[in-house]
Amino acid sequence: MTDALLTIDGLAKRFGGVTASDGIDLAVSAGELHAIIGPNGAGKTTLIGQLTGEIVPDAGRIQFDGQDITALPAHQRSQRGLARSFQITSLFNDFTALDNVALAVQAHSGHSFHFWRDARSDAALRTPARETLARVGLAGRENVIVSSMSHGEHRQLEIAMALATRPRMLLLDEPMAGMGPEESVRMIALLRELKRDLTILLIEHDMDAVFALADRISVLVYGRVIASGEPAAIRANAEVRKAYLGEQESSGGHHG
Amino acid sequence: MNTWFTPRNVVVAILLVFLALVPVYSAFTGNTFLMTLFTRIVILAMAATSLNLILGYGGMVSFGHAVYLGIGGYAIGIMAQEGIGSGFIQWPVAIAASALFALAVGALSLRTRGLYFIMITLAFAQLVYYFGVGLDRYGADDGLNIYRRSQFFEPINLSNRTQFYYCCFVLLIASIYLTWRIVNSRFGMVIQGARSNDRRMQAIGFPTYRYRLTCFVIAGTICGLAGVLLANHTEFVSPAMMHWTRSGDLIVMVVLGGMASTFGPLIGAITLLVLEETLPVLIKFVATPFVGAAASRAAEYWQIVLGPLFLLVVLFARGGINGLLESLRRD
Repeated sequence: MTDALLTIDGLAKRFGGVTASDGIDLAVSAGELHAIIGPNGAGKTTLIGQLTGEIVPDAGRIQFDGQDITALPAHQRSQRGLARSFQITSLFNDFTALDNVALAVQAHSGHSFHFWRDARSDAALRTPARETLARVGLAGRENVIVSSMSHGEHRQLEIAMALATRPRMLLLDEPMAGMGPEESVRMIALLRELKRDLTILLIEHDMDAVFALADRISVLVYGRVIASGEPAAIRANAEVRKAYLGEQESSGGHHG
Repeated sequence: MNTWFTPRNVVVAILLVFLALVPVYSAFTGNTFLMTLFTRIVILAMAATSLNLILGYGGMVSFGHAVYLGIGGYAIGIMAQEGIGSGFIQWPVAIAASALFALAVGALSLRTRGLYFIMITLAFAQLVYYFGVGLDRYGADDGLNIYRRSQFFEPINLSNRTQFYYCCFVLLIASIYLTWRIVNSRFGMVIQGARSNDRRMQAIGFPTYRYRLTCFVIAGTICGLAGVLLANHTEFVSPAMMHWTRSGDLIVMVVLGGMASTFGPLIGAITLLVLEETLPVLIKFVATPFVGAAASRAAEYWQIVLGPLFLLVVLFARGGINGLLESLRRD
């Protein structure tokens, strides 16, 4: 096993009486695609929130690339190469697709205390932004205002925004949420391609996608990791089947 | 078709030419009232332009923006009273005072959102307002007369109405141009991004607070300069110039003219202030045949007409008058 790029130790978060993270330990190796699955309310999005710095954990430690980032604000984590996509699309709706991605490029091109030059004609921002849009399959949609794009396009743009920050690791929160079958197939192809260059932590409900892409899978139930391992091992794990996979697997014809 | 030749641009061009020619007209006809009115309009348009930078582009609804008119104005008034007449000292001090105050207000208020932000900016403005009311040495709530406008070297003489008007006009155009450059720059992209989706801005790596604060200070500084001009124009400062209703007027100008548009605040300022002057006359003229002498009493209630007009624009023209003019183009 290669060195862990992201290490989580004993992460805990409670909201009132609800324990969203109950001592989560997890290590994501450099270069792997690590999927996190679990039923609704298992605490997956809370976990992502703590990893990105939006939610402050009650206890525990997060290390990225050997450094403790537990107390860093969101923007500094992004600067260190940790990028996220949102489960519920979170874009700049009154900007064009290109403006959106160019802003993500700009965030990683030094400070933005430049008051004079027109940012929209700045090739240093526009060229990488165009390339990123093309990479996620949105070439030709550059000048469309985000609010008039389709849901599937929003999901693609979500990925583009994360990619444009040139991250080392992607945290993808249900990138396939609400997608049609065709769009899902395209998204899987895109993620498979991204997987070659990036470490990815993928939270996803679509089991076909998870088993097609993941190098390793962790199962989160009630804020605890109940199992972690390669897809075949997870598929065979009795506790996982009982807690979560059971219904899906039987309908998928893998019942053994 | 030429993309510059749009109804909006034609209207803006006409307005600018008109503004540039006001002193010429005034010189030929001897109409000083128009000159005084439009000097005021130009100065308040500058204040509205600065508010648009944070309100329109930055989504920061400051309900205390007139406080910078007061700080800029009082800086001039107090220095004049204390015998410092040189504009080379007065203006930089007034501008620095506005910037510093904006820095303090922004540093605190920008940690909050929505209604809290509005309330904190209002609270700071009220604080300074009552401070002005309590300034016995400088006229308290009666205000303070300025016996001499800011002194610059020859041939600049701000006591000359025409020179003063063009000074205000040039500074207005400069602040509109500056705002336009800023909002389209990298900095402006950050400001607009933070208005649209601050959470995403943080997620893609922007420490938005420092950019928003800088923007807040720029807006306060420009408005402080407008206060400097206003004090020189009226040769008088009083707490009334930073009363919260004045802050409300500035918001009305921005919303009426069109938020987040280059010339919206100018259009809004002209519309509001011209209506303020003409509506009473118009009401009196229309009502006299029906109610006779009571018409002049009716004219006092001109705001009854202005209110619904404003409501109509807010309800049916989302981009204000500027947005309305732009929509003409598509039809």
